[in-house]
Amino acid sequence: MSGKNAMAEEQAIQAELVGKFPFLDSKVRIARARRMFAEAPADRTGEVLGHLQDRMHFSILCTITGLDLGATLGVVYHLARPGGIVLSLSTAVPKEKPVLQSVTARFPAAAAYERELMDLLGFQVEGVPEGPRYPLPDNWPAGQHPLLKDWKPDSLPGAPRKRD
Amino acid sequence: MPDANLQVPIGPQHPALKEPTSFMLTLSGEKILKAGVRLGYNHRGIEKACEARTYIQDLYLVERICGICSHSHATAFAMAVEECAQLEVPRRASYIRSLVGELERVHSHLLWLGVAGHEVGFDTLLMYTWRDREVVMDLLAMLTGNRVNYGINTIGGVRRDVSSDQKLKILEGVKVLEERTKYYITVATEEVTLAKRLSGVGALSHDDAVRLGAVGPTARASDVPRDCRKDDPYAAYAEVPVNVITDNHNDVYGRTLVRCGELMECYRLIRQLIENLPEGPIAVKAPRKVPAAEAFVRYEAPRGEDVHYVKSNGTEKPERVKVRAPTLANVQAVAHMLKDGYLADLPIVVAAIDPCFSCTDRLIEVEGSARDGVMTWGQLREYGIEWHRKRGVDFSRLNSRFRAGENR
Repeated sequence: MSGKNAMAEEQAIQAELVGKFPFLDSKVRIARARRMFAEAPADRTGEVLGHLQDRMHFSILCTITGLDLGATLGVVYHLARPGGIVLSLSTAVPKEKPVLQSVTARFPAAAAYERELMDLLGFQVEGVPEGPRYPLPDNWPAGQHPLLKDWKPDSLPGAPRKRD
Repeated sequence: MPDANLQVPIGPQHPALKEPTSFMLTLSGEKILKAGVRLGYNHRGIEKACEARTYIQDLYLVERICGICSHSHATAFAMAVEECAQLEVPRRASYIRSLVGELERVHSHLLWLGVAGHEVGFDTLLMYTWRDREVVMDLLAMLTGNRVNYGINTIGGVRRDVSSDQKLKILEGVKVLEERTKYYITVATEEVTLAKRLSGVGALSHDDAVRLGAVGPTARASDVPRDCRKDDPYAAYAEVPVNVITDNHNDVYGRTLVRCGELMECYRLIRQLIENLPEGPIAVKAPRKVPAAEAFVRYEAPRGEDVHYVKSNGTEKPERVKVRAPTLANVQAVAHMLKDGYLADLPIVVAAIDPCFSCTDRLIEVEGSARDGVMTWGQLREYGIEWHRKRGVDFSRLNSRFRAGENR
């Protein structure tokens, strides 16, 4: 690949996404070769994911990352396609009502990643298939989500005092 | 006759695997109709703990996510932090990272071959491969100072250089390992008992492997040519290209052949990495504080794609560290492989993805148990003796000098 056209593929993906979804204008960033980041409103994420999978060969969901962003909860879908380009599509939902739609119909392996969001950050994921919780124990108290920034081990009911 | 079906819980503690995980199987006779997997027993709160520690402390913490592919996690994390901090790692350091990575793959695949032999009652294979694995363990100890949790990485490069004397020793070791691996390939391809025991077991079609997001040798044995070293080259792999090993048996036998083929490919890569090892520094100085940024790294661990996401915020501690180890990506595939198989195949089918549940569960470090408080060593011993006494076994008169509280 010559230096000038080294990122032609990434630029084509950027142009196609912005052309198809005008709300992504200036929201698709090429960080380096093979690494792209995009931001979409929560109610449009499903559409963008569908287009990426069906029309743009992003057939691999590497994982889903949940983030505590203060007033909102963030979620990042890391999608990859053969050839090595990874597009991380992020969105945010209000902390009082952190509702997401499950993507397991498209990516069956997402079930474990979505359960992590539910256990560790308190997301409500609608449509995740039935199954045991993950990764916290069955007797873990409700409403305790360890990856929230204000959560400390001491917040657990009945937590022992710290040893000296 | 739905009433004839039987639900059998297996685990979390069971003799088939060394790590805890729990299966709920619905059986009709010996046949598995449905398999559910419950994970999480090794959850340690590592992602949360990373947010409270500095980048360099985190490097040592993530290395301990797994006791086998520890270098994979440490390298992936270091590369993500370096990308956030916009550090250019010296070429020699990248080569050394790849070199240790390939040696780690050799040790992991030999270990797997032994476990696979053990799970099908072929314990001679276990003894042989684990004896040979000592050769690569010695090489890793010589290079890094440790048999596991190598600590070779630092943010900005590696901590130890490779001397010309060490290079010779690696080449000598690789020669021995290559001869032994050729023998294992003969065993795998010509030993009828082994081939018959593994063929058709744990079937996963090409389309299912893609749909369920399988990774690593599990995917490659279903003819999915996915390998991050080739698709998304990192460290030295852009300069030392990898031949991706695939197979189309779509079963445990195929997964065995892929790993054997990958061992041979490892030896070729190790020789090439040593031959082309560039001169120069092995690290650049890294800042304590990392500017706000985010990075996503994929690393081909022995078990498959290991991904790390790091978000920095301008301080010396990360805002968020997210790890997805290969086993979590393969769990859906395992549930699928078990379906319609036989109960007796469960150990080898599960072992064939080379599961690592410590990697998978990572993450609440709570001191003691929230419900029962903290036990001292003596109390734990008393509890154990009492537990057995209730069941008719009295240990209390044995080893009386090690009474509670007086041990050591």
